[in-house]
Amino acid sequence: MPNYHGLFVILSSLLPCIIFLIVFISIDGFIKGVIIQNHLPNSLILLGQEEVDFSVSILRNNIHNLQSILSLEILSTDSANSLYNYYFFYRAGFLTLTICITTFLAYLAGKKLNVRFDARRNVEKILKFIFFVFSIVAVLTTFGIILSLIFETVRFFSQVSFSEFLFGIHWSPQTAIREGQVGSSGSFGAIPIFTGTLLITAISMLIAVPLGLYSAIYLSQYARPKVRNYFKPILEILAGIPTVVYGFFAALSVGPFIRSTGESLGLTVSTESALAAGLVMGIMIIPYVSSLSDDVMTAVPESLRDGSLALGATKSETIRKVIFPAALPGIVGAILLAISRAIGETMIVVMAAGLAANLTANPLSAVTTVTVQIVTLLVGDQEFDSPKTLAAFALGLVLFFITLALNILAMVTVRKYRERYE
Amino acid sequence: MVDGTENDIKPNGNYSSDNNLLIDCKNVDVFYGDKQALYNVSLGINEKEVTSLIGPSGCGKSTFLRCLNRMNDVIDSCSISGNIKINGEDIYNPHIDVVELRSRIGMVFQKPNPFPKSVFDNVAYGPRLHGKITDKDEMHHKVEASLVRAGLWDEIKDRLNEPGTSLSGGQQQRLCIARAIAVDPEIILMDEPCSALDPIATAKIEELIDELKTNYTIVIVTHSMQQAARVSQRTAFFHLGNLIEVGDTENIFRSPENEQTEAYVTGRYG
Repeated sequence: MPNYHGLFVILSSLLPCIIFLIVFISIDGFIKGVIIQNHLPNSLILLGQEEVDFSVSILRNNIHNLQSILSLEILSTDSANSLYNYYFFYRAGFLTLTICITTFLAYLAGKKLNVRFDARRNVEKILKFIFFVFSIVAVLTTFGIILSLIFETVRFFSQVSFSEFLFGIHWSPQTAIREGQVGSSGSFGAIPIFTGTLLITAISMLIAVPLGLYSAIYLSQYARPKVRNYFKPILEILAGIPTVVYGFFAALSVGPFIRSTGESLGLTVSTESALAAGLVMGIMIIPYVSSLSDDVMTAVPESLRDGSLALGATKSETIRKVIFPAALPGIVGAILLAISRAIGETMIVVMAAGLAANLTANPLSAVTTVTVQIVTLLVGDQEFDSPKTLAAFALGLVLFFITLALNILAMVTVRKYRERYE
Repeated sequence: MVDGTENDIKPNGNYSSDNNLLIDCKNVDVFYGDKQALYNVSLGINEKEVTSLIGPSGCGKSTFLRCLNRMNDVIDSCSISGNIKINGEDIYNPHIDVVELRSRIGMVFQKPNPFPKSVFDNVAYGPRLHGKITDKDEMHHKVEASLVRAGLWDEIKDRLNEPGTSLSGGQQQRLCIARAIAVDPEIILMDEPCSALDPIATAKIEELIDELKTNYTIVIVTHSMQQAARVSQRTAFFHLGNLIEVGDTENIFRSPENEQTEAYVTGRYG
């Protein structure tokens, strides 16, 4: 098969070339640094390592253009010219090298080809390797993120005690930048913000699960195909609306509405309330529940539905007793996805529920969530080793464990169900 | 075209039935959208007999079968005209309760379709649904009786709590028959019940069909001429949406009146 032979040559020449490129890009900055350092005037080097590093880094960013190297006024015109030339040759040399390698490999691969050469199987091997590398990249990235979280969290706990963070009920992460400022210590009790997250998530799920599930049941079981074809995309648009839009909808319309309704009932409601954020978030999450549930319920084999109907079950009995149980693993999955979406949502909460870390279960009061706190901790100027900044990593790690636990819970539930039903 | 009421059969066959006409279909036309699937079919089906519907694929025999318990209602584009009476009652009368109708007519499908529940729950599904049996012991008796009748009890009496889907294909199909029997239907419709099964499982199902006919009226769609000959008393041959010939099974296979029937049953075409 000639196309396999062609594919084999392309893969076996381009693949090493791409690997070479990746390696090169990762050491590119280092090479540039070496070139630049050799051009720095002695007077600058005498100023110390810090100054040198600074100059190298700004030169590195401007090395592509002779004019901008000159405009930095670090180097004399001669050495700037020389640097630019060096850089140019380095680039050209690299390009030539890449082309040479690729051509050489293509030549080698081409030489291998003959009538008896099994290109098809060799292509299969190469593709297998490519897929393996891609999956490894995904796994390694995950581990990298977790490790960096853990690393920073450990640094955080060297400054704030573990029990204070996990069991403290007072959250006020403002630390003093100058000595003697008010609130200099900061307190990092994370309980209020986790209960806040829990409260808002619970409210949004109370909205999203019934609405999403029931509309999924309608769309997958009752609606005519034509209705379904229009309804489903419209419902999915909900997921495409930017969360900022939901946020100001929650803050400007829903919040004040809840407040005035509450007041007319004689309740004290703050304009920023967990209820407002939860309600709007619930609406936003509906398509996550409905779309997936709809898919899994449509995927339940027709034969099961027919079997139940033929036994004299009504449509709703069939849905309740056959289709819903058969689709439950998928539905549980959809709900869990929605929950993790709710936990991760930030913008709506910032705008509608506020920043106050109140420890309360009252949906009418202002609360804050983990993600919102992470944002506020990292916005603005701060040092990278202050407990305030590091607290964000600790919060992130705990959040990660919570979602992990949720996923495991879901898997266990689904497996238990499967044992019973399949 | 032969009108398949009892009076027409007696004169031309060795087999003569003492049974009464239970299902009486007159001038049934079925359309899927613009496409006509059945043309003016008139067919009578006797009580406590096995009637087999044969014919090449796409000839409308399954469509006809699904008319009898109104399963075609599930398909949006399907429309039916004509007259189908069961026990003298028009089942397409708008006042009829389709759910109640289907509880009187069991159906077994081409592919075994046990629910993803335990064996016990599969059989108990119908009785629970119709609220006929609420007592636990009584339910147990019902399930046992149904499984015994379906010839499955001895094989799986220790496995009642296992999922129905874990049984073998033949067992699953018999479970589906037990499930249908559990609602005490008068009629059992079978849509190629053995096409997904191996010969041994098929033989068991055929044996079962033979036993069941003492209590139930059975209509079976089959692609296997041998099966039709083995299990049925009457056979109807469909071709391209038309009912070509109906009569005692022996006559249909030994001395068919219609050339097309003869060509089909002798395997020369179809």
